[in-house]
Amino acid sequence: MKWDAPATVELAREHGLSEEEFERILSDLGRVPNLTELGIFAALWSEHCSYKSSRVHLKKFPTRGPRVIQGPGENAGVVDLGQGWVTVFKMESHNHPSFIEPYQGAATGVGGILRDVFTMGARPVMILDSLRFGSLDAPRMPHLVDGVVRGIGDYGNCVGVPTVGGEVDFHPSYNGNILVNAMCVGVARGDGIFYGRASGPGNRVVYLGSKTGRDGIHGATMASDVFDETASAKRPTVQVGDPFTEKLLIECCLELMGKGLVVGIQDMGAAGLTSSAFEMAARAGCGLTLDLSRVPARERGMTPYELMLSESQERMVLVVTPDNVAPVLEVCGRWGLDAVEVGTVIPEPEVVARFEGRQAFRLPLAPLVDDAPRYDRPWVEPAPAAAVTLPNLRDREWAADLREMLASPVFASSRPVWQQYDQSVGASTVIGPGADAALQLIEGTNIGLAATTDCNALACSLDPFNGAAQAVAEAVRNLACVGAEPVGVTDCLNFGSPENPGVMGQFVAAVDGLAEACRAFEVPVVSGNVSFYNETSGTAIVPTPTVGMVGIVPGVRHRPRSHWHLGDAIYLLGPLEGELGGSRYLQIVLGLEAGPVPAVDYDGERRIAAVARDLVRLGLAAAKDLSDGGLAVAAVEMSGGTVGCKLSLPASTSPVRVLFGEWRVGFALATPVAMEPALERACEGLPLTRLGVAGGTKMVVTLGRKTVLEASISELAALSEKGLGWLSEA
Amino acid sequence: MVVEVRVKLKEQVLDPQGEAIRRVLAGLGYAEIEQVRVGKLMLLEVAGKDATAVRSRVEEACREVLANPVIEEFEVRLP
Repeated sequence: MKWDAPATVELAREHGLSEEEFERILSDLGRVPNLTELGIFAALWSEHCSYKSSRVHLKKFPTRGPRVIQGPGENAGVVDLGQGWVTVFKMESHNHPSFIEPYQGAATGVGGILRDVFTMGARPVMILDSLRFGSLDAPRMPHLVDGVVRGIGDYGNCVGVPTVGGEVDFHPSYNGNILVNAMCVGVARGDGIFYGRASGPGNRVVYLGSKTGRDGIHGATMASDVFDETASAKRPTVQVGDPFTEKLLIECCLELMGKGLVVGIQDMGAAGLTSSAFEMAARAGCGLTLDLSRVPARERGMTPYELMLSESQERMVLVVTPDNVAPVLEVCGRWGLDAVEVGTVIPEPEVVARFEGRQAFRLPLAPLVDDAPRYDRPWVEPAPAAAVTLPNLRDREWAADLREMLASPVFASSRPVWQQYDQSVGASTVIGPGADAALQLIEGTNIGLAATTDCNALACSLDPFNGAAQAVAEAVRNLACVGAEPVGVTDCLNFGSPENPGVMGQFVAAVDGLAEACRAFEVPVVSGNVSFYNETSGTAIVPTPTVGMVGIVPGVRHRPRSHWHLGDAIYLLGPLEGELGGSRYLQIVLGLEAGPVPAVDYDGERRIAAVARDLVRLGLAAAKDLSDGGLAVAAVEMSGGTVGCKLSLPASTSPVRVLFGEWRVGFALATPVAMEPALERACEGLPLTRLGVAGGTKMVVTLGRKTVLEASISELAALSEKGLGWLSEA
Repeated sequence: MVVEVRVKLKEQVLDPQGEAIRRVLAGLGYAEIEQVRVGKLMLLEVAGKDATAVRSRVEEACREVLANPVIEEFEVRLP
């Protein structure tokens, strides 16, 4: 079919547009669009680009705050750090491409999120990845895990940005739809921020980077499409990333911006040239002309349809004043990158494209961007999980239960994953992967920048509202463990089909939960991404609203430690017992995904996290929050696999709640004996219990006089190390 | 018998390695070489005499192991 053939309702359907949407296009344009125009509508009206099912709900997020410089709506959010520094960050999903081709899918996911950050003028300094896989015995799953991890590692390592954190989780609902959420954090001077705006009629549009090929056409519509069994047969051409070109792009773009040579800049991500052209024009209230014959093409005979919709990687659009075109091309040439003038900014709000001497299309901006469809889809409120009757949990072999948990993939050490990543390139990493949060120094200062990603999807499946709110609370606690206070949130909301009222209900509840928690912690949401249609053959994934949180340590004086040392006193800051509803103990040991997930105690969380943060900053304690797996799992992690501990609790406490209870506002603290009085003073007025001391080769827990758990610490740690060990052997 | 397997990226897939080689060639005076695509040539020594059976077995190995059918295509040549 030719690129300028008239569109029909059948073609619209093949592009993922409904009949009503096609009718709307006809009335918006007052004529029948050609195939290229239809492709542009389909891309910009896709869920991925238009947020048509989510936008009405995303409005509930708090997006303003004293530190916020740029909230949602740009390529990434910008938050003030003080002393003239700002941080730029965002998280985005690359789920569907990674399921089809794990290595390239994950690699290009990292490439895409890096571009979102450096296009704002910031140097990317940290990558974090939140990964969700299915059961390891599901078809292709070990291959997917291995491919995704190598893809992330190879891209990040080649481009020279450290991968410093993230999370790995497993659940059978991801068997046919894995999640790859990549987050990038960048740093810039406050006066060096640029926006994706095509302003100033008469200014020139410059195409920069790799040539345009036929890869990834329909990527944006694919990401908004449910997988079916034929997905692997359909197999759209996936994109292949080139991290070395990306590195050149980073340096070239930062030089162009540093010299003030560009007016606006944006990467070509999902929907390629289409989204960057229309979004940049819409943000500036201007229009563009494009000469598609000038777009550098990798193959012969490429049509306007392909040139507009290709998702070839490592490409940017720049807007430059006429005087600066020559200097810009000179800088790009020096970096060995193709740069071509392809168009002009015009005052009329439309995009007009020519191809081989004639008009290829002429489309008004409003119906495509600002007036794109918005749906308030029907939804039903999810019923929070009810309490379950638990079997007798009194005299069990607690050590055996702990071993079973540590041996499950959920608690497998992620070392075999992150040891494939370069964690310290740039020489600014203070704390890398494997800790509660990552911590970096801003080069040349002692300002610490911390980041973490969190989401307990099991809890979100039981209670999307409280589960999502707990994810925010956990992120706040994780930042406190490295002494950081939160400054902003980015989110990546992974759900099933929004056309299913049950799934839509989960989404609405999770957004409400995130919004409430972000408001309560006074942490604004500055960027994010929604990924719907994560389902295979009608089965949706468990709701997974991943929270990425960035924090600041105004002056880093020492490296916070995450393990206890021989002779340290061990304290529990917070209540002695946790809750079992939605806990990992029920999931792994009892095989129950059940029970209520408690609401967040915001007041308690804020007070206790503030104290833990101060203790870490002052070097008074090593802190670990008690979330997944409770105190027992936290103790194994704090032991570093070498130094045991003797912990005593009152006889009146319940062993299962003490060892494995979750959802408590609390931290395990370890401090040298000499500092105990200072620690106790700092915690005055808060529930603080001295549990015991670190030492020996065993973990021993007694309730009153009764020993409830006794096990070799190195043997426990080895169980967790084994889980993903096959990855490093592959 | 010795079976020849050629694996290369599908035509529409970006080949960063080939592009890097092209740039070097252009820089060293071979500007007329406009495109480079890099593939792999594998020589497999296979036990068996039945050409049809060997071919179908090697093609299976290509689909499962030697090539990534999402981005690569292969060709099997028997002696």
